[in-house]
Amino acid sequence: MKLSKVFLAVLLVFVLVGTACAEDTIKIGVYNSLTGRTAFGGQLELEGIQMAHQEVPELLGKKVELIVVDNKTDKVEAANAVKRLTERDKVVAVIGTYGSSLAMAGGEVAEAAKIPMMGTSCTNPLVTQGKMYVFRACFIDPYQGAGAATYAMKTLNMKKAALLIDVANDYSVGLATFFKQSFKKLGGEIVSELKYNSGDQDFTAQLTEIISKKPELLFIPADFAEGAIIMKQARELGAEFQIMGGDAMDNPELVKIGGDAVNGFIHTTFPYDATMKDMSPLAATFTENWKKIHPDKAPNVNAALGYDSYMLVANAIKTAGSAEPDAIRAALAQTKDFPGVTGNKTINATHDAESPVGIIQIKDGQRVYVGEVSPEM
Amino acid sequence: MFVQHFFNALTLGSLYGLIAIGYTMVYGILRLINFAHGDMFMLGAYFVFFATTLWALPWSLAVVVAIIGTALCGVLVDRMAYRPLRDAPRISALISAIGVSFFIQNLSLVLFTGLPRAVMRPDWLVNVIKFGDIRILPLAIIVPIVTAALVASLLWVIYRTKPGLAMRAISKDIETTRLMGVPVDKVIAMTFAIGSALAAASGIMWALRYPQINPFMGLVPGNKAFIAAVFGGIGSIQGAVVGGMILGFIEIMVVAFFPGLSGYRDAFAFILLIVILLMKPTGLMGEKLEDKI
Amino acid sequence: MNRKTRNLALTGIAIALLAFFIWWAQGNLDGYKIQVTNLVAVNAILALSLNLIYGFTGMFSLGHAGFMALGAYVNALLTLTQDQKTTMWILDPIAWPFSVMHAPFFLSVVCAGLVAAFVALLIAIPVLRLGGDYLGIATLGFAEIIRVVLTNLSSITNGALGIKGIPGHANLWWNYGWFLITLFFMIRLINSNFGSVLKAIRDDEIAAKNMGINTFFYKVVSFTVGAFFAGVGGALMGSLTTTIDPKMFSFALTFNVLMFTVAGGLGSITGSVIGSIVITVLLEWLRIVENPVTIGSFEIPGIPGMRMVLFSLALILIILFRREGIMGMKEITWDGIFDRSKRGGKSE
Repeated sequence: MKLSKVFLAVLLVFVLVGTACAEDTIKIGVYNSLTGRTAFGGQLELEGIQMAHQEVPELLGKKVELIVVDNKTDKVEAANAVKRLTERDKVVAVIGTYGSSLAMAGGEVAEAAKIPMMGTSCTNPLVTQGKMYVFRACFIDPYQGAGAATYAMKTLNMKKAALLIDVANDYSVGLATFFKQSFKKLGGEIVSELKYNSGDQDFTAQLTEIISKKPELLFIPADFAEGAIIMKQARELGAEFQIMGGDAMDNPELVKIGGDAVNGFIHTTFPYDATMKDMSPLAATFTENWKKIHPDKAPNVNAALGYDSYMLVANAIKTAGSAEPDAIRAALAQTKDFPGVTGNKTINATHDAESPVGIIQIKDGQRVYVGEVSPEM
Repeated sequence: MFVQHFFNALTLGSLYGLIAIGYTMVYGILRLINFAHGDMFMLGAYFVFFATTLWALPWSLAVVVAIIGTALCGVLVDRMAYRPLRDAPRISALISAIGVSFFIQNLSLVLFTGLPRAVMRPDWLVNVIKFGDIRILPLAIIVPIVTAALVASLLWVIYRTKPGLAMRAISKDIETTRLMGVPVDKVIAMTFAIGSALAAASGIMWALRYPQINPFMGLVPGNKAFIAAVFGGIGSIQGAVVGGMILGFIEIMVVAFFPGLSGYRDAFAFILLIVILLMKPTGLMGEKLEDKI
Repeated sequence: MNRKTRNLALTGIAIALLAFFIWWAQGNLDGYKIQVTNLVAVNAILALSLNLIYGFTGMFSLGHAGFMALGAYVNALLTLTQDQKTTMWILDPIAWPFSVMHAPFFLSVVCAGLVAAFVALLIAIPVLRLGGDYLGIATLGFAEIIRVVLTNLSSITNGALGIKGIPGHANLWWNYGWFLITLFFMIRLINSNFGSVLKAIRDDEIAAKNMGINTFFYKVVSFTVGAFFAGVGGALMGSLTTTIDPKMFSFALTFNVLMFTVAGGLGSITGSVIGSIVITVLLEWLRIVENPVTIGSFEIPGIPGMRMVLFSLALILIILFRREGIMGMKEITWDGIFDRSKRGGKSE
């Protein structure tokens, strides 16, 4: 009984607060993984979004209100979060989230509610596939896989590659497939393709097998934690080939867990890093402003993508001259050459933002942004 | 190449065996599948992590702290979740064990966060030894030796000491043992202490071999070791080690000889388990147990 | 009016009330509450099916998630359009018969149940010779094998990417319709001779055997029927969430279903229904503990993961202090209600 009263009281507070600021604001919903397994990425993205919001707090003469909901790195919670944003808070657009499977769960709800959604760093092609209202500020895995393959073939000049795939992880199987397709198309040879399951910690059998096939390159589309121990075991077994990975490796923890074993490791990512040399003026301003707000924390690509996502939505509202969901949707679909921190953004037919693929290499325990590559598809 | 696979399998197999001993010991005495064993294994690894990083203890001391800490956790779990169910149907205790396992995993997730942690390893353990193309970590030799030593001392405890005698008596008939004046609950608590200490020891070994820990790290090795224990004949300590070895070899050799099937590696363990259950439910070296249900 | 007609009339009224409730709920409840109401029905189907296997026949099966997975995948493959299938299978193109097959929702759910039942039959014949813990371990093993196969067979299941955009046919009417079918089937089955034999096997298999009963046959039928409804439940769950992947069907899912059954009371049909309602609502309600709480200007951050900590704690407490569950082996029946009220509403 008492609990239900407390619950009622809390609800009442929500309703009162909700109605108090309902007038004359544009509400934009944010859902991201602020807690849970991928909290690291989600938190940074939110901070990027909030920074963009501080820079553009008003649109069409109205105040923009951000409503932030945590999806706890859980598919069900992600769907609930978007349901809450669209049904209860009546937002005009939704931004989020880190993690493709979360974005897909949220995207289904946004599509049904006919509210445009801007994905931040969800790279799986299925996120926007067949969706009218779902967009994203990043490129997709086929593009990234092609980028990795192009870099391996053209810049590193490696023709024999091996793959080690987490068969139970959607990101891993997806990116591996696209890398394989592009690598073969460019004339490369896949000498070995081995699999493991999420949660496995012993990779010695797979790695011994791969080493015996003498590839020049091993592509591991794993996340940073798994990737670090794979590299450790590979080096212990005497592997000398180059190892490459995808954007899920873009995490400072990689070096902490992997130690010496990750030196020389190369991974693809979005074209922004605080260490990059020829920064666009926009990226330079972003980095500077970020350091003012967060003096003890370096900005990373997730923060930049969060920033860009908000700016893309804001730009769409400006060009549409209206904060109606359908008008925003139409304007988003026509976005062309919009300057973002992570490169110029053009939303293509499948609602993805095209931009070059960035390459990072670990040198002496430091992440170094070595350049960009335009994938040959 | 085969020699390399052989050493990989030897290391993995003896680690499985080491974890399996804990399962088999508790089962042999209480007929309880202690689902929380894999989580004790995880706690052992975390104790070492915190002892070496937070309290900056030297390695040897950290290991002692971890083993004692985990043993205490094991006794606590027995006291809270298993002892009240001693006279209940065995299924109740099993469900309680599953509940405890989920509880420890999720509590660890809250307390330690899901961020994987790197474990520092003493250098002499990780300097690779080379024989031509073959590379062996010193650990690959140390783990089987430690396993053998632990098995020997465990067998000594069970067959040569008074508490060991009491344990064997409890496994035959708990009621009669109680009537003979044996402090049954104390002996069982001791069983859990030893079982958890073994889990901690294997968790530490595992963390040395695969130096990255997270709250769910006990899940996969725990399942595999459990299969190994059933395979070897649950209740038999030698059987657990043999079962672990065989499982380790099968897993590695499946990948070595059928690389295309590497995605099915986990299924092989379960197929093996079902086959052995159907052919010889008591496992390779298990004694015939009277059915208590 | 004799008892039989009275009970029939009461049952009719109860169903009419349920139908009225569904009609009302669809118009008046928000999406989230409807989702929870749907989940209650699906979970009740799952709890009933496990109760048949474990509560009434005494076979300790830990393979429920495997049968649910089969049901969910069959239903997904049968209800997706051909177009959806060709665009979604991006790892390997979808294999032939699966790419074109299609069925209306009711038929597809029946097929889901039948496939699960068929696989259960194949498993049952060797495995049901085992007893006790060993049966639990073997069925658990089978569920894991099913999951590994689903993960690897990407030309049929789309592998780890899972299947998205499954048509959400499973609305309140379908879910509660299937729930009623399951409920009536179980009541008829348990109250028949067949049900008595199952209970006899549960209570003393050796005695039942000595009476000349072919216990193996009865066990296989019970296991297969239970798996059928697990498949149905899995199909409805997939259609309700509209997205499935192999990771969903892990041991944790089996454990959830086991909890509905145990909390309600093993060997009680009403218990399974009540257990499903209580645990489903509890699980949803526990989400609150993970939300940040604002008191004045002071915010207490939510603790992620706390929900599962409290949930597992609740389960341990149930097992420790009320092992027999909410209902024990008792049932709530119309007769029971009337007899009690005649005695002046005394409890028990």
